[in-house]
Amino acid sequence: MFETLILMLDATMRVSTPLIFAALAGLYSERAGIVDIGLEGKILGSAFAAAAAASVFGSAWIGLCFGIMASVGLAMIHGFACITHRGDHIVSGVAINTIVAGLTVTLSMHWFGMGGQTPALTGDARFLDITFPFADALESVPVIGSIYSNLLSGHNILVYLAFLMVPITYWAIYKTRFGLRLRAVGENPHAVDTAGISVSFIRYRALIICGILCGLAGAYLSTAHNAGFLKDMSAGKGYMALAALIFGKWRPVPVLLACLLFGFLDAVAVRMQGVEIPGIGQVPVQAIEVLPYVLTVLLLAGFIGKAIGPKAIGRPYVKERA
Amino acid sequence: MSQAKVPAWVNVALIPVLNILLAFLVSGLVILAIGENPIEAAGYLIYGAFGYDEGMGYTLYYATNLIFTGLAVSVAFKGGLFNIGGEGQAYIGGLGVGLICLSLDHTMPFYVIAPLAVIGAAVFGAAWGYIPAYLQARRGSHIVITTIMFNFIASSLMVYLIVNWLKQDGRMAPNSRTFEENAWLPYLHEVFSPLGIEIGDSPLNLSFIWALLCCVFVWGLVWHTRWGYQLRTLGTNPTAARYAGIDTAKVTIWAMLISGGLAGFVGLNEIMGVNHNLLLNFTAGYGFAGIAVALMGRNNPIGIILAAILFGALYQGGAELAFEIPTITPEIVVVIQGLVILFSGALEHMFKDRIEGFFIRRAVA
Repeated sequence: MFETLILMLDATMRVSTPLIFAALAGLYSERAGIVDIGLEGKILGSAFAAAAAASVFGSAWIGLCFGIMASVGLAMIHGFACITHRGDHIVSGVAINTIVAGLTVTLSMHWFGMGGQTPALTGDARFLDITFPFADALESVPVIGSIYSNLLSGHNILVYLAFLMVPITYWAIYKTRFGLRLRAVGENPHAVDTAGISVSFIRYRALIICGILCGLAGAYLSTAHNAGFLKDMSAGKGYMALAALIFGKWRPVPVLLACLLFGFLDAVAVRMQGVEIPGIGQVPVQAIEVLPYVLTVLLLAGFIGKAIGPKAIGRPYVKERA
Repeated sequence: MSQAKVPAWVNVALIPVLNILLAFLVSGLVILAIGENPIEAAGYLIYGAFGYDEGMGYTLYYATNLIFTGLAVSVAFKGGLFNIGGEGQAYIGGLGVGLICLSLDHTMPFYVIAPLAVIGAAVFGAAWGYIPAYLQARRGSHIVITTIMFNFIASSLMVYLIVNWLKQDGRMAPNSRTFEENAWLPYLHEVFSPLGIEIGDSPLNLSFIWALLCCVFVWGLVWHTRWGYQLRTLGTNPTAARYAGIDTAKVTIWAMLISGGLAGFVGLNEIMGVNHNLLLNFTAGYGFAGIAVALMGRNNPIGIILAAILFGALYQGGAELAFEIPTITPEIVVVIQGLVILFSGALEHMFKDRIEGFFIRRAVA
């Protein structure tokens, strides 16, 4: 039983990683007042760019750089539409998701011609699992040894980075001047403007950070979690991250918990496939898969707590002119 | 700034055409980047979509779905609501059609099944739009997020229902049994041939006529009824609507019911018209494509028909193109679709303000 739990928590960590990156990405963007339903597109774009570059250059790190560049580029298109041209944030996000869904397949067919995949990545082209010191020796120690060797040790570097990003984000958002301004821009951009700070510049910077984090999420999918790019491999993770962001009420630590919960549900869904539970019978996998979305809807509807987003979210800022 | 000084054709024709040209230009650059000739590609595309009878039929068959989802998005949009859940509503609408056909095809004739299927599609689609609408109107949750979530819920629900309940016994394929022929919508080439009009064989069926009727219905409803006036007031200025005594919650809910019902009609075309069984993922992104159609058609029924035919032509021509030039995948159409959403939706102010400014200055001078 304990071993099963460890295995499931281990799976939870792996599945949650891209959600954590993407949800934190959304946090920076939405806290600055930019709605980002383009998380999905940025993850997919980065996953493709990272896998393509990793297979050409044979290095996961170069892949990661390309993934981040692709994702930041898409974030800048979003900024250009929403900040500079005061476009609708949702429409822009839908546009980015659609363009990326088509472009990744078109380009990968052109470059690799493998039905929309990239070649399988091996060796240095992937982020490999890191084994902690003494992990093998300590494995036989009851409870703690198992937690140390099987749960904490043996993930790739991006998994640890994702968890590290949570305290960093907390610090950046709540303890720095930039974070204060970022939150202010999302709540009351007029006040920020009055203080002589550029609303657009803060929002662009928030989107750059958002792009970098989505880039990490995408690179994780294609060069760490899997060995290569597959058509539509983001499979709704961007939307689930958005759900986690709302479920965590736009705050770093609750967002992490929401991502872990959704990741855990995913691990449960995989394990429950075809398992009979005494008294209940077989629980359909779809019922578990759908829980994150149902929970988010219930939360938004105010049936379990209340989710109130940044006040100025989704509204373009128009500087008043005398 | 008086809108009156800007000639009508600027907003109705010039700006949409400019946006679409820009989208095509960028798509051309993408095709150029993968080492093919964009002009040659456009040639294949246009020939594939309009050059022969069957191609034309396919174009209109794709357009049928896009008219339904385009209308769905635009009715909600007229009320200031962004219904991004057309995909889920269409999926559940198809379930309604499928259940009617599966339960009645052994006992009832076509003229009983067809109207019931229309009602089934509308009711199921509308029901899937009702919950997000209710939550927005009465509980203050944001409709964009809830409709996104409902797309995923619809998708899981359909997998569960089809795999566990509707699948044929002893078969692996995740789809229901094929309906009896009296539950099939007649193809237009079958309808027209007794009249002496020969058109090529294609999946184009009676639901296309229904789509055109829906355009007339939406035009009448939105522009020529009291409710339509309330809807447009809500979309233009919600505060003014409230002060004028309009029950905004009620209008919101009805707008989404109609929107969801329209999206549900995709099921008529796909399930009853073409596939003749209930299967997974038949919506194939039409719900999202409806956003592009509504944006390009300026939320106007005539505009939506034109935009739907254009996108239908891209789907059909894109398939032809991929056949002629194997290095180009049909997904290039998705790229063009996204670019259209970007240029005529997200970046609409980029040209609009300047062009309108130009005409206003000219009118003043």
